[in-house]
Amino acid sequence: MKFAVIVFPGSNCDVDMYHAIKDELGEEVEYVWHDTDSLDGYDGILLPGGFSYGDYLRTGAIARFSKVMKEVIKAAEAGKPVLGVCNGFQILLEAGLLPGAMKRNESLSFICKPVELKVANNETMFSNAYEADQTITIPVAHGEGNYYCDEETLANLKANNQIVFTYEKNPNGSLEDIAGIMNERGNVLGMMPHPERAVDVLLGSADGLKIFQSIVKTWREAHVVKA
Amino acid sequence: MLLKHEPNPQQIKTEKLYQQMGLSDEEFTMVENILGRTPNWTETGLFSVMWSEHCSYKNSKPVLKKFPTSGEKVLQGPGEGAGIVDIGDGQAVVFKIESHNHPSAIEPYQGAATGVGGIIRDIFSMGARPIALLNSLRFGELDSARVKYLFKEVVAGIAGYGNCIGIPTVGGEVQFESCYEGNPLVNAMCVGLINHEDIKKGQAHGLGNTVMYVGAKTGRDGIHGATFASEELTEQSDENRPAVQVGDPFMEKLLLEACLELIQSDALVGIQDMGAAGLASSSSEMASKAGMGIEMNLDLVPQRETGMTAYEMMLSESQERMLIVVKKGREQEIVDLFKKYDLEAVAIGKVTDDKQFRLFHQGEVVADIPVDALAEDAPVYHKPSKEPAYFAEYQAMKNEIPAVNDVKETLVQLLSQPTIASKEWIYEQYDHMVRTNTVVAPGSDAAVVRIRGTRKALAMTTDCNSRFVYLDPETGGKIAVAEAARNIICSGAEPLAITDNLNFGNPEKPEVFWQIEKSADGISEACRVLETPVIGGNVSLYNETSGTAIYPTPVIGMVGLVTDLDHITTQEFKNSGDLIYLVGETKPEFGGSELQKLLNNGRVFGKAPELDVNLEKERQEQVLAAIRAGVVQSAHDLSEGGLGVALAESLFSSKQLGAKVDISGNPVTALFSESQSRFLLSVKKEDQAKFERLVEAQLIGEVNQTGSLQVAVKGEVTLEASVEELQAAWKGAIPCLLKSRD
Repeated sequence: MKFAVIVFPGSNCDVDMYHAIKDELGEEVEYVWHDTDSLDGYDGILLPGGFSYGDYLRTGAIARFSKVMKEVIKAAEAGKPVLGVCNGFQILLEAGLLPGAMKRNESLSFICKPVELKVANNETMFSNAYEADQTITIPVAHGEGNYYCDEETLANLKANNQIVFTYEKNPNGSLEDIAGIMNERGNVLGMMPHPERAVDVLLGSADGLKIFQSIVKTWREAHVVKA
Repeated sequence: MLLKHEPNPQQIKTEKLYQQMGLSDEEFTMVENILGRTPNWTETGLFSVMWSEHCSYKNSKPVLKKFPTSGEKVLQGPGEGAGIVDIGDGQAVVFKIESHNHPSAIEPYQGAATGVGGIIRDIFSMGARPIALLNSLRFGELDSARVKYLFKEVVAGIAGYGNCIGIPTVGGEVQFESCYEGNPLVNAMCVGLINHEDIKKGQAHGLGNTVMYVGAKTGRDGIHGATFASEELTEQSDENRPAVQVGDPFMEKLLLEACLELIQSDALVGIQDMGAAGLASSSSEMASKAGMGIEMNLDLVPQRETGMTAYEMMLSESQERMLIVVKKGREQEIVDLFKKYDLEAVAIGKVTDDKQFRLFHQGEVVADIPVDALAEDAPVYHKPSKEPAYFAEYQAMKNEIPAVNDVKETLVQLLSQPTIASKEWIYEQYDHMVRTNTVVAPGSDAAVVRIRGTRKALAMTTDCNSRFVYLDPETGGKIAVAEAARNIICSGAEPLAITDNLNFGNPEKPEVFWQIEKSADGISEACRVLETPVIGGNVSLYNETSGTAIYPTPVIGMVGLVTDLDHITTQEFKNSGDLIYLVGETKPEFGGSELQKLLNNGRVFGKAPELDVNLEKERQEQVLAAIRAGVVQSAHDLSEGGLGVALAESLFSSKQLGAKVDISGNPVTALFSESQSRFLLSVKKEDQAKFERLVEAQLIGEVNQTGSLQVAVKGEVTLEASVEELQAAWKGAIPCLLKSRD
């Protein structure tokens, strides 16, 4: 399976994502600069964290207009797995690939620390390697991770089991402790915690690796069926 | 037009306008003699910034000469953007610390943010990839609204810049003392990694080569920042707000990536950050270091505002700019490279061979100065030095053991002192993990960052107990270096070298200059014995408000090499049943201690703890040998608050362990003295014999599962406290102080 790590000018977790895939997951991966006009050669799309265009305006608000986002939307429509982490999640919201919006953390401060997450739905292409309701430890690092949506959207998210990860102890004030959600179709996931920072016990946790392993497993199964 | 309102040379001279820029009468006469005429407005401005203490070190040079700066691993000593030390395998570590004290006193968020931005540029202008940030901060006591504001905004500014650019802030230190109330210290350190062949210098070689300007446009911000940094803060300092720059970390991220790509191009000749004194210092220093001259046409400088004068452009300290020299004829390659990052690269001048610094603006020559006069020939002052009266008084005092009624309550109070308390509130605001190499995050003795693709890692720390430096600058200087080295050792690394940030008061006061000299002597001696040369640093003088100086604060930034990831050690006890050892002697030394400060309403007095640097080195070598032999489970340096605090901190992990120790002597001395050269180690029982062969240490107790700390003196229990209670005091102190009403 071949992954693309999308690089905006202010992405800064691109390197972490790249190494998580290459060194720990052992799959193919390439950096893809934001001005690219095709993602055809890639099986999975990763939008890493960072400050895509400085984020002096709303986070992700400028990135959604970049050339590559048309291709990301195309890939999502084609059913390819698309994972946005942190700033990547914020961009997916701004691009309309996921519902809702981000507010500043309740503390109004940036927060960086390992947090416990509950796997709220383990029947997705991003989480099927986890047990149901498993508790995992993955770091957060963001200033705007306070997820918000209107009641109707929330009802839909719940009805369709689109809430994939929730915080055990809410660090940012997000609605219903939401840490990560997917689209209705189930192939686009946005999450504030950084799974690519939790792939090596030397750095504290390897709990994030299963997200990537889930993606690969699902892709392989689909690939084998088609073949 | 502003230009027309600039005073002419005659006015500058007769109205002594140069004085407003910080030039003395004698210095102005020197300038006239150098030029053979009276300087114009632009030239006067150039001399004033280049001859400021901040740029020229005119007051501190004689002191800086004392430092040992060479060693077999030193690839680059002081004089360039940052120093460089070999770490084997063709790799090297680049690091430097720099202050942004005065800007942070006036505009704390931007002052701190641009301090971070500036030090990062110093690192990547050498060709290195910045891999970690640290800081060293000083504030007044956290009991006034103003101090809380400064503290919160400085932390937010550091976070805002570092988090956005994506360089982890992995460590640092903070001390709270009333002497910093009006003049906080914000020192930022950056560590970078480089391959030997990529090392670049800020030198403008090659007649006819092209001088190019890259990065952000020049605005009117930060004009005379270097001059402002070289004055005391006063009631009127607030008016200097325009001298504080505004940072744009996104712009710097672009500049960083573009410059690191540029480093690989053989078209590049030299590169230097436009930091203090901006275009003036970068261009004149690059030419002077190369023995060349330089010519620039200021009409070509990218400008953010209209109608900027030559004076304003040269003295602006707008951020996120670099000056590069490229081979003639290769300019377009550079333009294209920067274009990828939406950055401009503009040819603004050329290298000449007449050693003149010549500027053109709107068809006129607006400056024509021998370049060495600007960059090299600033006057050097040997300031008078005088031992302050307090020193003899303190030295004459006997070491007395303070009266403590309740040992446990005292420990809880010490753990609640903001200087000792958990700094979680601070470091949780810093992205300390980005780039996924941070093995030891903030909170242990030193931070450890692995070098991807190798078994190596770098340990890094900043340290200075300024109370000791105040009581006895020479001993305090030694202690600062020794403590930094102890922190490095405790994390399993061998100390490599230091960068120092000399924060002092007004050097024109003989008592302050004496502090500078003496602490430099102490630092030099410790660096020689511990074999950690000074590879660069920064001097920040005039840290006074309304005539009162800060404690002398020579901050030491040290980097060490972990030769194998398996050696990485942290301060927390690991397993129940492990043996607890104390390395080093404990004497009744309370001068400048946290306990003394606590019991005397913030006042410190008496002698600083003694330090025998040779003994220090011996112990450090023993501890490192034991760590490398794999027989040390945890290692913690004993510093503020002594053994009591170190024991408690070693228990603050998620493992709910406890400890029982039995010590001898006076309990107050045993628990709270701040005697130097001591370590707290834990060792598995099966490694006891092997450990004791390697380290001279006293077995004082054992780790257990009780979740409480029990200390007995000669068998009699003098302290029993639940770890939970101790940890709550330690963790809650800073958030609690910030929430409380003034």
